[in-house]
Amino acid sequence: MIRRTLLAGAALGLGLTLAGTAIAQDKTKACFVYVGPIGDGGWTYQHHQGLLAVEAEFGDKVETAYQENVPEGADAERVLTQMALSGCDIIFTTSFGYMDATNAVAAKFPDVKFEHATGFKREHPNVATYNARFYEGRAVMGTIAGHMTKSNKIGYIGSFPIPEVIQGINSSFIHARKVNPDVTISVVWAYTWFDPAKEADAAKALIEQGVDVILSHTDSTAPLAELAKTPGTIGFGQASDMAAYKPSPRVSSIIDNWAPYYIKRVGAVIDGTWEQADAWEGIAGGEVEIGEITDAVPAEVKAEAEAMRDAIAAGTYHPFTGPLNKQDGTPWLTEGQTASDGDLLGMSFYVEGIEGDIPK
Amino acid sequence: MDLSAINPAVLIASLMVAAVPIMLAAIGELVVEKAGVLNLGVEGMMIMGAVCGLAIAVETQSPVVGFIAAAAGGAALSLIFAFLTQVLLANQVATGLALTLFGLGLSSLIGQGYVGIKPPPTPRLEFGPLTDIPALGTILFHHDPMVYLSILIIAAVWALLKFTRTGLILRAVGENHDAAHALGYKVQRIRLLAILFGGAMAGLGGAYLSLVRVPQWTDGITAGAGWIALAIVVFASWKPWRILLGAYLFGGITVLQLNLQAAGARIPVEYLSMSPYLITILVLVIMSADRGRAALNAPAALGKNFHASR
Repeated sequence: MIRRTLLAGAALGLGLTLAGTAIAQDKTKACFVYVGPIGDGGWTYQHHQGLLAVEAEFGDKVETAYQENVPEGADAERVLTQMALSGCDIIFTTSFGYMDATNAVAAKFPDVKFEHATGFKREHPNVATYNARFYEGRAVMGTIAGHMTKSNKIGYIGSFPIPEVIQGINSSFIHARKVNPDVTISVVWAYTWFDPAKEADAAKALIEQGVDVILSHTDSTAPLAELAKTPGTIGFGQASDMAAYKPSPRVSSIIDNWAPYYIKRVGAVIDGTWEQADAWEGIAGGEVEIGEITDAVPAEVKAEAEAMRDAIAAGTYHPFTGPLNKQDGTPWLTEGQTASDGDLLGMSFYVEGIEGDIPK
Repeated sequence: MDLSAINPAVLIASLMVAAVPIMLAAIGELVVEKAGVLNLGVEGMMIMGAVCGLAIAVETQSPVVGFIAAAAGGAALSLIFAFLTQVLLANQVATGLALTLFGLGLSSLIGQGYVGIKPPPTPRLEFGPLTDIPALGTILFHHDPMVYLSILIIAAVWALLKFTRTGLILRAVGENHDAAHALGYKVQRIRLLAILFGGAMAGLGGAYLSLVRVPQWTDGITAGAGWIALAIVVFASWKPWRILLGAYLFGGITVLQLNLQAAGARIPVEYLSMSPYLITILVLVIMSADRGRAALNAPAALGKNFHASR
């Protein structure tokens, strides 16, 4: 008897689900794949804010779905296939490591639009890529770091040695050294986007080496929490504002604002005007924002950092402007020359003055 | 490369801190396995402890209450495992894996309201002038109470297993539950208590992450520490003091590789990153080379369910 009731219930549930899908047919479904949990307080949190903005903008016209903690690699392909089969019209894959999986699945589902964050492969007409010019934000952070360090040692917690991270290291270092010729940078590779304990350990190791300003390129707030334990050290919010650590150790932040882009692209799918593209906006386009610079930073340093932010926004200053040499001393950019986007997207070298090798 | 920049005393002090979570979880799991139960849900119980500890510590503004709540949270989750495997006689491996998945999800749900909130700080123990002894002061007298407590727990478990009647009964249950039953010991009750202890220890370990080491709540904060704790139990061949050794070794290499990078050592980072795992595998191979002794150390009834009818 009980079993029969259960079966009837299951059948009823199935019927309801089917009915639900039927009604949802005219809605545009936007799906998101996240590399970490929404609660990371950084990278994935900001992408999810973008999803919420899409819902708020289009209301009943869209339906959204997302999956958290999707490992980069073979698992991602399975998740993407499942999403494409479940009726997603546009799928945002929000980490560099999803690049090959995105292109592989896109080949099988030509009617589904794929948007891959921070990548460069667009092997099929239904794959677009988008990125933000984080290095512009790093230039502002580097300026503050160069002024604020007392030990003349700044630290950088890198995730993986990919061009995006190397741009960040170079940009931070160039601008720190510009205001403080004695500055050196120590890079620690964590080989993870998200592992709070490891990120905290990396910050601790840097502090023990005498570093007093830390920039992080991983997703959680753990490095800031570690800095908070050591007076006299500062850091920056990464990807999200991380306002809980104001006014110090978090003295400013780089905020990724994906909402405008997501609204634009989902809107294009609704209108039927979606086309393959390669978007790379920065401070000027509103995708990279500089979080409030707190009072822990002297007023003149704050003014200098804000002036740089405004110059980058106005297009009068490019963070990679010559003369700049590569690490081995060979010339890269001549006086006044700015780096091309192609150079930046394939960046695999440190600029002159940085010690150490980039892991291959 | 400037290796002189690495201060050995500071390094040892930070490896002691880095080892605490896995050490606590591993000593709990050791007792569970000594009683003949294989609980693969350590990761889930740790993260439950992490979230319960943080939530209660934030609400009460007391880290001590937080740690107690963490132990209770871990034990509560392990109770589900105990019910399924000891009463319903479910498969221990599958139940343990399910417990991990359940714990990760439930902790994420509970943690929703606590993202980005800082817990009250856990103060260091004050040793007065002892802290100022060069090197030794940094290594021995510069920690929070949990570092010392974790070592005390190892010592207590060792003494309990080796010298007391309780320890003997626990080991008997793990070696041959039929014989223990025939002698009149309540196999399931003893196992239940062992599982609860394991859960409480894993919870404490998790709370050390969320209250001291990181200290905040983020989803997935344990990031695989529970699995390392499980490996350390085998690594230690079910001996308490070797748990301490294994945890320090693992914590030490993790800390050392980050320090070497920060000091600018010209060793490829990939090797440094894999070194903790590499050493774990290496030691496991060395240990199991002596087949007879390794097999002798594993509790004979490990992973087998017991029912009085047989």
